[in-house]
Amino acid sequence: MSKKTLVEATVNGETVEFLCEPRQSLLESLRDILELTGAKEGCLTGDCGACSVMIDGRVVCSCLMFGVEAQGTNITTVEGLATTGTLHSLQRKFLEHASLQCGICTPGFLMAAKGLLDRNPEPNEADVRYALAGNLCRCTGYDKIVKAVLDAAADLRTHGEGKAAAR
Amino acid sequence: MAEATTNGKYKVIGTRPIRHDGADKVTGRAKYGADYTFPGMLHGKVLRSPHAHAIIKSINFDKALKLPGVKAIVTSKDLPSVANKLEQAGEMAINPHHLSMNILAHDRVLYDGHAIAAVAAINGHIAEEAVRLIEVEYEVLPPVMTVDVAMKPGATILHKDLRNQEDGDKQTNVAQHYQFKRGDVAAGFKAADYVVEREFKTAMVHQGYIEPHNAVGIYSSDGTATIYCSTQGAFEVRSFSAQVLGMPVGKIRVVPAEIGGGFGGKTTVYLEPLSVLLSKKTGAPVKLVMSRAEVLRASGPTSGSQIKVKMGATKDGKLVAAEIWMAYEAGAFPGSPVGAGAMCIITPYKVENFLIDAYDVVVNRPKTAAYRAPGATNAAFASETVIDELAEKCGIDPIDFRIKNGVKEGDAQTVGPPFKRIGFIQTCEAIKNSPHYKSKLTGKNRGRGVASGFWFNAGMNSSATVNIHADGTASVVTGSPDIGGSRASMAMITAEVLGLSANDVRPVTADTDSIGHTDVTGGSRVTFATGMAVYEAAQDAVKQMIERASKVWEKKPDEVEFRDGKFFAKGNGVPPMSIKDLAPRFSRTGGPITGRASVNGRGVGPGFATTCVDVEVDPETGKVQILRCTIAQDAGKAIHPSYVEGQMQGGTAQGLGWGLNEEYFYDEKGILRNVGLLDYRMPTCLDLPMIETCVVEEANPGHPLGVRGVGEVSIVPPPAALANAIYRAVGVRMLETPMSPPKVLKAVLKHGGSAQHSAAAD
Ligand code: FES
Ligand code: FES
Repeated sequence: MSKKTLVEATVNGETVEFLCEPRQSLLESLRDILELTGAKEGCLTGDCGACSVMIDGRVVCSCLMFGVEAQGTNITTVEGLATTGTLHSLQRKFLEHASLQCGICTPGFLMAAKGLLDRNPEPNEADVRYALAGNLCRCTGYDKIVKAVLDAAADLRTHGEGKAAAR
Repeated sequence: MAEATTNGKYKVIGTRPIRHDGADKVTGRAKYGADYTFPGMLHGKVLRSPHAHAIIKSINFDKALKLPGVKAIVTSKDLPSVANKLEQAGEMAINPHHLSMNILAHDRVLYDGHAIAAVAAINGHIAEEAVRLIEVEYEVLPPVMTVDVAMKPGATILHKDLRNQEDGDKQTNVAQHYQFKRGDVAAGFKAADYVVEREFKTAMVHQGYIEPHNAVGIYSSDGTATIYCSTQGAFEVRSFSAQVLGMPVGKIRVVPAEIGGGFGGKTTVYLEPLSVLLSKKTGAPVKLVMSRAEVLRASGPTSGSQIKVKMGATKDGKLVAAEIWMAYEAGAFPGSPVGAGAMCIITPYKVENFLIDAYDVVVNRPKTAAYRAPGATNAAFASETVIDELAEKCGIDPIDFRIKNGVKEGDAQTVGPPFKRIGFIQTCEAIKNSPHYKSKLTGKNRGRGVASGFWFNAGMNSSATVNIHADGTASVVTGSPDIGGSRASMAMITAEVLGLSANDVRPVTADTDSIGHTDVTGGSRVTFATGMAVYEAAQDAVKQMIERASKVWEKKPDEVEFRDGKFFAKGNGVPPMSIKDLAPRFSRTGGPITGRASVNGRGVGPGFATTCVDVEVDPETGKVQILRCTIAQDAGKAIHPSYVEGQMQGGTAQGLGWGLNEEYFYDEKGILRNVGLLDYRMPTCLDLPMIETCVVEEANPGHPLGVRGVGEVSIVPPPAALANAIYRAVGVRMLETPMSPPKVLKAVLKHGGSAQHSAAAD
C-alpha cells in the first residue's frame, strides 16, 4: 500500500485537509474521502464530463487529476454552486426547462456551463454547444440543456449571480 | 414555466411543474448506487476473460488471496447449480442456468469480458491488483462473431446442449426460429408493379447510459440480504438474484437507488448477486462498480443483425407483399429481441401477404439486453428504407405513401388481432404539416429523409399507495424506479384526482419490502401502468374520504360528492369541506387514509412515431451533418409534456447515434477494440441540432387518462430516416449501420456521384 500524502485545498469556500494515496484521482478523493459525491464517475478517461469541477476558475475533469495535485487549489464542485440554499440561476433553469432526465450528467453540465458563463456572459447557441461538447448526456438529446443555459445566461445578465430572482 | 393546461378537462395533467426530485439532482445531493457507503464496506472487482471463446482449464487465486487487504474471492464454484430451463421470474421468463453462467463463467468463457471471478478488498485499488494476480489457464477456441458464421453448417458450437424446435437433436447456434405469415406471398408479388429487394446489416450498439452498473450487497447473519443498486427493476433484481444465489425471494430486499440511465440495459443483474456472495463470504457490505470498459465489454448491448427485405407495391402505391428474413445476434446466451423485431417490421402498414422468418442466434459477444423498443430499430432500418425506395418508384411523396398504406383502428397487427385506436397516420400528418417538412431544403449534397416506427408498449404489474397526511397533502408510493421524471407524473396524476396541486403531493419510489410487486421501468409502461395504479389508488383514497365526510356530516356516503378537491353534502346548505378540513378528523372517524391499488396493466396502447431529418453529406470525407430534425409521436395523453418531449428527443438522439456512428468493433480474435467513450462514439452536443417535437395525443381507450407511454418508439425511425436523407443528398442507398464517414465515403466514391437509384453495401 502506498504512503498517503496530506493535501490542503479550498473546497466550496472551506479550507480542507485530507490524506490521499498518490494513485487516487481527484474524483476519488472528492467522492470517497471528502464525501462529496456530486461529481460522478462515467468513464475515468476524460470522455464524459460527469466528473467536471472547477479548479481555480477552470473546468476540469476531476478523474484526470490526482488528488495530490489539488494541493493549494481552489475547487468548486456542484455542491458549492447554490449559495446558502438559493439555487444558482443555472440550477433553476435546468429544472424549469426539464433539462435532466436521469440527472447523472447534470452536475458535470452545470459546472461546464458555469465555466462558459463566467468567461462569456452572452453566448449564442453555437458557443453553448461548443462549451458543452465535452459532456455526454444520453437521455435528453441536449435540446433542453442548451435552452436552459441560454436562458440562464439571459437571466444572469438581467439579475446578476447573487440576485437572481427566486421563483 | 407553469402554463395553462392544454386540456380543459384537467387542472394538473398537461402542465409542466418542477420535478419533485429536481432540487436534489441539481445540487449533487441525489444518491445514485455508486454514492452509497456503509461502515466497514469493502470494494469488489471482477476478473474478466481476455478471450472471446475458451475453455477454463484452471483458476489459481492463491497469490491474489495473499495480497494484504484482500478479504475474499469467489468463482462459479460458489454458485449453486440451478435449473437449465425457462422459469418465470416476475413477469419475465429467464433461464437461471444461463443467467448463472453469465454472472460467473462456469467451465467456458463465451465472450471478451465474461466474468470469471470476483475479489473483495479493503479498497478498489487493492481489489484490482488482486484481480491481476489470479492465474487462469485457458484452452482457446475459435470465436463465432456473426450470425452468418454461426448459422453455417459445421460452425463452432457455443452450447453443446442448445437445441431448437426444428433441428431435432442437432447441435446448433440457432436458439429459436419465429415465423409470421399471412395471405399468399407469391400471388402478392405477382400483383406488384414494383418490387424492391435489399439486404441490410446493423452493428451491435450499446444503450450508453452514463452511469456504470453498481451494487452494494449486505448479507446478514440471519440469512437475509439487502442490495442497494441502480436498476430499472428492483423486483427483477430480487427475483433474478434469488434464482442465481439459490435464496428465497422473501429473504432479499432490494433498495433502488437513483438511476443514471438504463434504456433497457439495467433490467437484469450482473454485479448484484456477486455483491451478496462476497458479502456472505466476508461478513461486510461489499460494493462493486463497473468501469466504462466493463460496461461496454460485459453488460448487455443490443443485437447486431442481418435482415433481407423484399417488398412489392402496385403502381398506385399500394403495398401488396413482403418477404422478410432476419437474424439477430443474441450474444453468448439465447434471447435476442428478434421476435419483437419480426412483430414490428411491417406493422405500421397494411400488407395482406407476408412471410417473416426470424432467427435468434448465439455468438461470442456479450448477452444482449433490452434497448429501447428492443429489436424494432434494426427492423425499421431495413423496412423503412425499402418503403422509401418503393415510394420513389411509385412517384409518391414518402409521407403520403405512408399515409396511404398506414394502419388505422381495426386493421390487423402482424400478430393478428386488430388495432384499437392508434395514432400512426396522425404522426405522419403532423410531420407533413410541420414547419420543417413545409420548409424548402436547398444547397448541394443536402437531403431530407423520413421514416416511421412502431412499438407495442407494455402493461405488466404495478402497485401504488396514496397516503393522505394530517395537513391535507399527500404522498404517492410506487415501485417504479424513476429514470426520466416519472415521479413528477405520478404526483400529477395523484394531484389531479385529489384536487391538489402537484406540489402538495410527494412521490416516492419504495424498496421491494415497502410496496407491492412492480415490474421494471421499461416497455414505456410506467406512466401507463404505474400511472393507472396511482390513479386507482388516489380514487380509493377519495372513496374512503367520502365515507369519512359522510360520518362527519351524519349522512349516507352517496349523499356526499367529491369534486375539485372538495366534499359537498347533497341537499341542505352545509359548507363544503376540503381534504385539509377533513384530514384532522381521520383518527376520530376510523383511522388514517391510505388508498391502494395494484394493476395488471391491460389496455396497452401501442406507440408510433415518424421522424424527419435533413442532412448534409461531405462528399470528400463521408461525414454526415444533421441540419434539422423533427419527430412526431403519439403519446396518447402527455401527463407532463416537458418529459414527454424529453423522451422523444432523447430517443431520437440515440437513434441518430445508432445510425451514424455507434458500433461494437471486434477484431478477428473476437476482442472488443473500442472500450471507451472516445471510440464508442455517442452524439455530443455539437453533433446535434435542436430536436423539434410534435406531441400527438390520440387517447388510448385502454387507460383512464388516455396514456400510451412514450419511452421507446422515438429511437426506431432515425437510422432509416438518415439513410433516406443521405440517399436524397448524394444518391446512394446505405444498407449498413453505422453510416459512418468511411462507409459513406466508400459508397459515394463507388457511386461516382451521379446516377440515381444506386445502392451501396460494404
Ligand atoms: S468520469 Fe471523468 S470524464 Fe468521465
Ligand atoms: S440526464 Fe441522463 S445522462 Fe443526462
